[in-house]
Amino acid sequence: MLALDKKDTTLFLIVLAAVIFAPFLLNPFPEGSELAQFNAGYPDLLQRFLIFGIFAIGFNILFGLTGYLSFGHAAFLGVGSYAGVWMMKLLTMNVVPAILMSIVFAGLFSLLVGYISLRRSGIYFSILTLAFAQMSFALAYSVLTPITNGETGLQLALDDPRVLGVSQVNGSIPPTNLFGLPMRESFELTMGGWVFTFNAGYYLCAVFMMVAFYLAIRIFRSPFGMMLRAVKSNQQRMNYTGLNSRPYTLAAFVISGMYAGLAGGLMVAMDPLAGAERMQWTASGEVVLMTILGGAGTLIGPVLGAGFIKYFENIFSKINDNILHQWFAFLPDGLEDALVFVIHPFIGKGWHLTLGIMFMLIVIFLPGGIVEGFRRLAQIGRRGTGGGKKSADAVPAPAE
Amino acid sequence: MGILEVNDVNKRFGGLQALNSVTLDVEEGKVHAIIGPNGAGKSTLLNCFVGRLVPDTGTVMFNGQSLLGIKPHEINQTGVSRVFQTPEIFEEMTLIENVMIPAFAHRDGAFKVNFWGGVSEEGEVGDRAEAMLAQVDLADKKDTLAGSLSRGDKRRLELAMCLVQEPKLLLLDEPTAGMSRADTNNTIDLLKRIGEMGITKVVIEHDMHVVFSLAHKISVLAQGTVIAEGLPDEIKGDPRVQEAYLGGAHV
Ligand SMILES: Nc1ncnc2c1ncn2[C@@H]1O[C@H](COP(=O)(O)OP(=O)(O)OP(=O)(O)O)[C@@H](O)[C@H]1O
Ligand SMILES: [Mg+2]
Repeated sequence: MLALDKKDTTLFLIVLAAVIFAPFLLNPFPEGSELAQFNAGYPDLLQRFLIFGIFAIGFNILFGLTGYLSFGHAAFLGVGSYAGVWMMKLLTMNVVPAILMSIVFAGLFSLLVGYISLRRSGIYFSILTLAFAQMSFALAYSVLTPITNGETGLQLALDDPRVLGVSQVNGSIPPTNLFGLPMRESFELTMGGWVFTFNAGYYLCAVFMMVAFYLAIRIFRSPFGMMLRAVKSNQQRMNYTGLNSRPYTLAAFVISGMYAGLAGGLMVAMDPLAGAERMQWTASGEVVLMTILGGAGTLIGPVLGAGFIKYFENIFSKINDNILHQWFAFLPDGLEDALVFVIHPFIGKGWHLTLGIMFMLIVIFLPGGIVEGFRRLAQIGRRGTGGGKKSADAVPAPAE
Repeated sequence: MGILEVNDVNKRFGGLQALNSVTLDVEEGKVHAIIGPNGAGKSTLLNCFVGRLVPDTGTVMFNGQSLLGIKPHEINQTGVSRVFQTPEIFEEMTLIENVMIPAFAHRDGAFKVNFWGGVSEEGEVGDRAEAMLAQVDLADKKDTLAGSLSRGDKRRLELAMCLVQEPKLLLLDEPTAGMSRADTNNTIDLLKRIGEMGITKVVIEHDMHVVFSLAHKISVLAQGTVIAEGLPDEIKGDPRVQEAYLGGAHV
């Protein structure tokens, strides 16, 4: 199906189903229950899962396949966001031109950055991309204020021209929409104690995410993808084999930059606001973490990594001492306090600590990330049922 | 007129004169062996042919075109392939992929964005690669990772990677080092067979059995200088060659 082989088709369909039913799947706990705070099925977070999933899928095409580690990809996401907001200011609140222009501008900018940075490899390449991104961040804050609106961030205003639309409706800024369908429009479904929210913006992100994912599968399985893996494996040999590795790496760089631009465009399509902090090095570092955590060079890993980190950021950070006290209320007071005291640094604002520890554990014990974890589990399961097929699995499939 | 003409090539590394006015003339379709003790500059000379090094002075002409100052991939695209002294292969990729990559380079040139069609749909390239693996007796391992091969197998894989490109000139830097006697003989047979395909070869070899069973012409390099050159029979009896090899491999 879809001109993919059986394994890829299965993967694609699983991801498709998961994305379609995520508002159900990620809302397993009834409203008002103690565990409801672990629900992730609300539009804002669901959108973020997909947007960062797209960002990480694109990043993985560069890092996972060619091994070139960029520390500046957030700059392309930022440029995409600014371009998107400008389209909404100047042209229309319809998100289509905004998203297209996000991709185009991020692509052009990544062509420039890639062209220069790819003159070096290894750590020097990483430093060059980092320098570019930090430069963009600093410029967005200072001299580029007329374009970026500096610290405040670029926002829509009531007097924006919007030549193909209207500046305002009844004294307020019109909502972002897809040919009239507002992105913030949601449909709520109440079933017993559960409330499920289906949001228009989320499903737009879902369409883009599936297209982006499909394209990534095609790239992974294509001769072009094979050449990108050759870059990672032995660039010298590649050159002595008559292949010019530079345009291959540049193409991968620009493609991943365009994915980042798409992510930036979708961000402003959901919430029409772009700030310079989106370009900061921490944001670039985050996508590196997502990719490695999930499994660099695998198809699904980056999406899992993105989901994992965003879940932590949004859910773990909400847990506070009061909640802990509630949980452990059944324990004797002294023990309860002691337990809360021990757990305290890992929750709430301390979620970074938990994430950092998990990241270290995964990198040390599962260098292939979450995907490798699943693969090992599957192996144990298979050995348990008798049919140990070790040699075939020991070959790290380039993409799964 | 040779297909590869090397004229007065000098290369210095700091205080070491690695190549000292080397002149070679490799005839089309022939096997030209370069022998010499360790550190003689043999690999350095090949490096000057494939763009890894640029000589300080001198010229290297292939088919009437200078190979100096152009990039490695451009040199390869003119028809020069090389087997390295330490195997240069794609260790993290499967054998079949290792051979398909050069096959693509041969068919599509130095760069082609082909991200829509799958590798699995490239039947013709896949078949060629598989046939080539069969030629070097590696077809049954086509889906294993190249990094897991023995040293001898890696060499044969690298040879397959070069041959699938149908090069005009094949540079072999100790193609049988690390191979068993049987594998060495197989490789000699293979090289003889491809000799019939009209591929010109420059072979660096310590194994005199290999040299004398393949070479049409031999150049002896010692301390960066060509000290003798001639037909295998002439070289065998040359006292200067015996001298240069004292303590090294035996002639
Ligand atoms: N890139 C380099 N920089 C500095 N010195 C080098 C370099 N490459 C080679 N040399 C030196 O040049 C000399 C010739 O080396 P080369 O590798 O060409 O020898 P060789 O004839 O291939 O020897 P072997 O039979 O051991 O492979 C050696 O002394 C080596 O140390
Ligand atoms: Mg050598």
